[in-house]
Amino acid sequence: MPKDVKLVNQKGVRTDGRKLNELRPFKLEVGVLHNADGSAYIEQGKNKILAAIYGPREVHPRHLALPDRAILRCRYHMAPFSVEERKSPAPSRREVELSKVIREALESAIFLEKFPRTSIDLFIEVLQADGGTRCAGVTVASLALADAGIPMRDLVAACAAGKADGHLMLDLNDIEDKEGEADVPIAYMPNFDAVVLLQMDGQLTIDEFKEAIDLALDGCRQIYVLQKEALKAKYIAIKEEAEEVEGE
Amino acid sequence: MTSRIISRIRQKQIAQLIASGKRLDGRGLTDYRPIQIETGIIGKAEGSARVRLGKTEVMVGIKIGIGEPFSDRPDDGVLTVNSEFVPLASPEFEAGPPGEDSVELARVVDRGIRESKAIDLENLCIIPRKKVFVVFVDVYVLNHDGNLIDASALSALGALTNAKIFKYEVKGEEVEIKPGLVELPLANFPIAVTFADISGKLVVDPWLDEEEVMDARLTMTFGKAGKLCAIQKGGAGTLSPQQIIEAADIAREKAEELRKLVAES
Repeated sequence: MPKDVKLVNQKGVRTDGRKLNELRPFKLEVGVLHNADGSAYIEQGKNKILAAIYGPREVHPRHLALPDRAILRCRYHMAPFSVEERKSPAPSRREVELSKVIREALESAIFLEKFPRTSIDLFIEVLQADGGTRCAGVTVASLALADAGIPMRDLVAACAAGKADGHLMLDLNDIEDKEGEADVPIAYMPNFDAVVLLQMDGQLTIDEFKEAIDLALDGCRQIYVLQKEALKAKYIAIKEEAEEVEGE
Repeated sequence: MTSRIISRIRQKQIAQLIASGKRLDGRGLTDYRPIQIETGIIGKAEGSARVRLGKTEVMVGIKIGIGEPFSDRPDDGVLTVNSEFVPLASPEFEAGPPGEDSVELARVVDRGIRESKAIDLENLCIIPRKKVFVVFVDVYVLNHDGNLIDASALSALGALTNAKIFKYEVKGEEVEIKPGLVELPLANFPIAVTFADISGKLVVDPWLDEEEVMDARLTMTFGKAGKLCAIQKGGAGTLSPQQIIEAADIAREKAEELRKLVAES
């Protein structure tokens, strides 16, 4: 990639045709895997990610169980074929860190105290990565938790804002993330105005950072609406199917 | 590291004091513990430092070698930050492969150095695509009494300020090491400032007991000219957008104070 690449043209349009404050196209599906207690799938631009929940179930190894609440375990993992150059399937340090921050983000949303001595296991598999996978992972994981019927305070929606080519922008894709100046991923519970995941890398002034937070929170609120629609869509489909059977 | 038990009564005492703007060890909410920085303490290392932040103690050693560049950055030197929770530092630490807390610590320190462009990696290229300098920053936790991130980031910075790199000459495809050392040029001083959110209040530089009680942790790393270059939230608690903005303003001021300390040492 040459260094003088233009990520935003004079009209404020990005390489993929989006405006600065525009999200990538979303596709959200709930209940996509048969064996899992809850599952969901997300396409956010070129990102394709599956999430599955197993549990609440017995904890193995046993000594990890807590007497007063469930433990949440999370594995964020990238498929070897999800990126340009094959990624080794062994968990990288990046994946270890992201598993931790995603787990901590969702812990605050789940009523873990309802299921003492159990574990809720979350698996996030990135099938294709194109920037912003930790946020897409949180968004899809929170749908999978809801699909598993696990009681939550709120859905968690996540989105990044950042700066590329001198412009603050919403929902960075891979080129914008790699070639850009900064990236601020945020996960958020809109009903509580509560930030549950916050990271940043790059360089921003404090004023730019404040603007980036506003931008990202606005993105989270838009995603929140899409999440609720996706959850309802599953049951509307079931209802229609039932009506068809009755009609026969 | 949540298995350490502190009594409910002490937890309550810490939280209640903080709610009224005080801390159990007498500090103000935005005060650091006393900080000592020593540099150049390990002769065999190309750079080294030991930081004492209250009773927390972290040593950093820097080794510099020659290696191959990453294929996606063929003309850049390589920076690797690793951290060891040495078992002698805490009854909670065990020998073995690094756990997620250790990986997170190393990556947060790494992000501060990398994103602030403290080391100009392009300058560390010897033969493009073939040979570059590899800078290993090894964070060694010697005593854990809370806020390992700030202590490690300071210690890493201290070690980088006195890091030396060997002179060399390129002969065809070979690199010949010459006698003598030059300083590793530093373009920025990244400073990490960590908060704990306890009873809805942000306190700077939490010590271990406060970390046991905190709902969330927030680290902001500032480079020169008051630019933010890395953030990491930890813990299962939540933060309001107002708290985050308030933290950024406090952290910028605190980072300037710490930067002066490093410059003096």
